[in-house]
Amino acid sequence: MSYDVMHAPSAHHDEHEHHQQETTIFGFWIYLMTDCIIFGTLFAVFATLCHHFAGGPTGKDLFDIKNVEIETAILLFSSITYGFASINAHKKNKGAVLGWLLLTFVLGVSFVVLEINEFHELVAHGAGPDKSAFLSSFFTLVGTHGLHVTIGLIWMLVLFFQIMGKQGLSTRMQTKLTCLSLFWHFLDIVWICVFSFVYLGSVV
Amino acid sequence: MSGNHTTSHEGENHGSYGSYIVGFILAVVLTVASFATVLSKAFSFWQTIAILGVLAAVQMVVHLIFFLHMGTKSLSQRQNLAAFIVTALMVLIVVAGYLFVLWDAQANMMAG
Repeated sequence: MSYDVMHAPSAHHDEHEHHQQETTIFGFWIYLMTDCIIFGTLFAVFATLCHHFAGGPTGKDLFDIKNVEIETAILLFSSITYGFASINAHKKNKGAVLGWLLLTFVLGVSFVVLEINEFHELVAHGAGPDKSAFLSSFFTLVGTHGLHVTIGLIWMLVLFFQIMGKQGLSTRMQTKLTCLSLFWHFLDIVWICVFSFVYLGSVV
Repeated sequence: MSGNHTTSHEGENHGSYGSYIVGFILAVVLTVASFATVLSKAFSFWQTIAILGVLAAVQMVVHLIFFLHMGTKSLSQRQNLAAFIVTALMVLIVVAGYLFVLWDAQANMMAG
């Protein structure tokens, strides 16, 4: 942005807004860091309990790696589609933002559906969270991630309608989009650990 | 205000199509490598776990740089990085400490 003398007052206003925007985003980042600690703890719990099968089924018996491959692909694609929404938000390209957001939302919903389906099948086969310490920690860890994704999707839907409405791509909305972008990409990072250590680690 | 603010205003830490696509390709390659390592059954148990750990760590860095735009260019990026390093250290202490203590306790109880 250029700061010529003619536009000094509005530039000043911009600076103020920009500063506030950065503070908000930093605050959200701090929240994400606390979330990191929650997931770190849940991973530690899983690592400790992952061999306590209580005579029940093991990860090798239960996990369908094909399903995990699809879930992983969906999350990766949704990361790049959200990225494209972010780029267009900075270009003030409202139509493109809405399009990419919608695509990200559809991908996110299909991820959650696949996960609910997986959980449902596990429970139906008698491998619910009450079966063994391994399954309790599995459901807690993967379920917490799934819950985060679900909340992210609700948030995305709210932003979608707010952007569609008269707020458009105001600075306020851009800040919100940036916060959700951090949240969404952060969940993808958590998923890297889930598929590597929980699913792949269990079938080695 | 300082020049730092104006540079971050240019949007250099928002990413571009190019950077997202590079990050995405790297992420796909690393993910496929993880699955292939396990499904090929080419390595022993601990070798496989070690390879998974390295691939996951590299992929996390790729995501942090290309998708979360972490870096050292602007002031806000450096603040985020500082918060992240502190958190990573805390997570490391929690996870490593947890594993160390509980595996030790477990081994002793099994022996007893």
